[in-house]
Amino acid sequence: MSAVTTADPPASAAAGARRRRRRGRWNPPLISGLVLFGLIVACALCAPLLTSQDPIKQNLAQAFLAPGAPGHPLGTDSFGRDVLARMLYGARTDLQVGVLAVVSPFLIGSLIGLVAGWFGGWIDAVIGRVVDVVIAFPFLVLVIALVFAIGPGTTSIYVAITLVGWVAYCRIVRGQMLVAKEQEYAMAARASGLPTWRILLRHLLPNVVLQAVIFSMSDIVLTLLAIVTLGFLGLGVPPPTPDWGTMIQEGQQFILTKWYMSTIPGLAVVITGLALALIADGIVERANQ
Amino acid sequence: MTPPLLEVRDLHVDIPMPYGRLHAVRGVSLSVDIAESVGLVGESGSGKSLTLRALLGLLPRPARIVSGTILIDGEDVTGLSAKQLKRRLTDTMSMIFQDSLTALNPVMRVGDQIAEVPLRKLGKSRSEAKAIAVGLMREVGIADPERRYQLYPHELSGGMRQRICIAIALSTKPRLILADEPTTALDVTIQAQVLGVLRQLKQEEQVGLLLVSHDLAVVSQTCSRLYVMYAGKVVESGDLVDLVTAPRHPYTFSLLRSVPDPDKRVARLLTIDGRPPDLTDPVTGCSFAPRCPFAEDACREAEPELAPAGSARLSACRRVDTAQRWTAMVEQEVSQEAVSRQ
Repeated sequence: MSAVTTADPPASAAAGARRRRRRGRWNPPLISGLVLFGLIVACALCAPLLTSQDPIKQNLAQAFLAPGAPGHPLGTDSFGRDVLARMLYGARTDLQVGVLAVVSPFLIGSLIGLVAGWFGGWIDAVIGRVVDVVIAFPFLVLVIALVFAIGPGTTSIYVAITLVGWVAYCRIVRGQMLVAKEQEYAMAARASGLPTWRILLRHLLPNVVLQAVIFSMSDIVLTLLAIVTLGFLGLGVPPPTPDWGTMIQEGQQFILTKWYMSTIPGLAVVITGLALALIADGIVERANQ
Repeated sequence: MTPPLLEVRDLHVDIPMPYGRLHAVRGVSLSVDIAESVGLVGESGSGKSLTLRALLGLLPRPARIVSGTILIDGEDVTGLSAKQLKRRLTDTMSMIFQDSLTALNPVMRVGDQIAEVPLRKLGKSRSEAKAIAVGLMREVGIADPERRYQLYPHELSGGMRQRICIAIALSTKPRLILADEPTTALDVTIQAQVLGVLRQLKQEEQVGLLLVSHDLAVVSQTCSRLYVMYAGKVVESGDLVDLVTAPRHPYTFSLLRSVPDPDKRVARLLTIDGRPPDLTDPVTGCSFAPRCPFAEDACREAEPELAPAGSARLSACRRVDTAQRWTAMVEQEVSQEAVSRQ
């Protein structure tokens, strides 16, 4: 990039700046991340078009087919279900649960963090202690306990992850808020007599939420992993609904002879994580312009 | 006689510290008439910014107002409920800050920031608010306001941003603008332009100005009356010309003499020895006494109060002949140096 800039005559400095800005807006990590994630989402949405197989139809006669078998490009699992179909339909389950289980902690945590950081005092102290208590437990232990208490199923996964996950957003936003509220634009907004809720939502939230957005990208991956773990413990998405976590767990018993059974869904998790991490990087780069 | 637009009586601001309380503003009283420009000068830490911020309830934590009375149009507003007080203060006054980059919301178009108060507080429609904002931008001297309305703060120059800040301050239709070092972050030519905008507003819109600055040049270009603050107190006040030509308080004198004057050849600029007192300790005697070459025992014993000193003048120094004595002292030193050099 610097070579390009120096090759330009100085007269086009403004044009160069504009080009850099545009490059920042649509930078390579952001584009590749969005494309990759878009492909995964497209696969999930177009699952019926991409395979004619039923993801939950068992055929024990055709169990354990290796990838490349006729009619089953990715082989079949221990019940003879088509792996490709389960992968595609599993993407639907996992992306839905992963994204939804991040949205509500994101919203709740950010709002609580906003309030804690702005008002300070006893409000902040109370919220801070609650956050400390939740953080004191390992994430998975608490989620597992909660899912166990509520009962397995996607709804209880949402609830459990929300109850545990909001603290991270709360902390991030609160920390940013402590800086932002002393900025003069916050003071200027107060000086013009705008209502507090408006100062918080219109002036401060957009300035502090970026870190939380970036964190949410990796949080989706962590949530996917949590769902996988829950599936492993029999607390996840109930069978026979296809999901990557359950597939990894099922393949794990045959890992020594049929390595691909766990590897294929595992790769899907990795690629999804990569796509989200690239998007997060791209957002950072874009924000630093 | 009409009461002043804003009057502050005996304002005290404290900052709680781990080891005690810093008494940052110690009984400041001041007043601003309708459409009057008043300057508040002093060095860093003299409490001038805190005084200004206290007026709008914008003290940085943990500073707080201990006591004091604020009168608007002669009416005591300190007794109002918190909500009413805030409303009354923000309806009367608005504020502009030193650093226009941090004073603007970085993720909001500048035009929307100006239109926000008309839209949200004055109940205008979206298009009316936009028209008001464009009008205000034109008023503060921004060319091509329709295009600049769409820009973000970082896309504008420092002078342009400060104009936007002034436009935002004007959007509440204030009768008084509180300006906290509004030109310190700008270079001199832009500074002159921004001060020009403020002066023009005063003449055309009858908007008063309370300007906090450590820069006497800025204040003397804009204000007609001055308050000089030192160590959390007003030590001298009066008409700008009177104060500059015949300072009564030795602090005012030394402040004026420490600024170079391009028209006058001065052998050397005056510096003030020592440093301001630590306001966590109780101050006994005149706070300037340790740095004052003319301090007497009486100055160190009891803190002198502001007392009338000539027409519309107040000074917290008992002496009358400060200027003459100090001039004499400086001249003597200079001549001694000249002699020793020869």
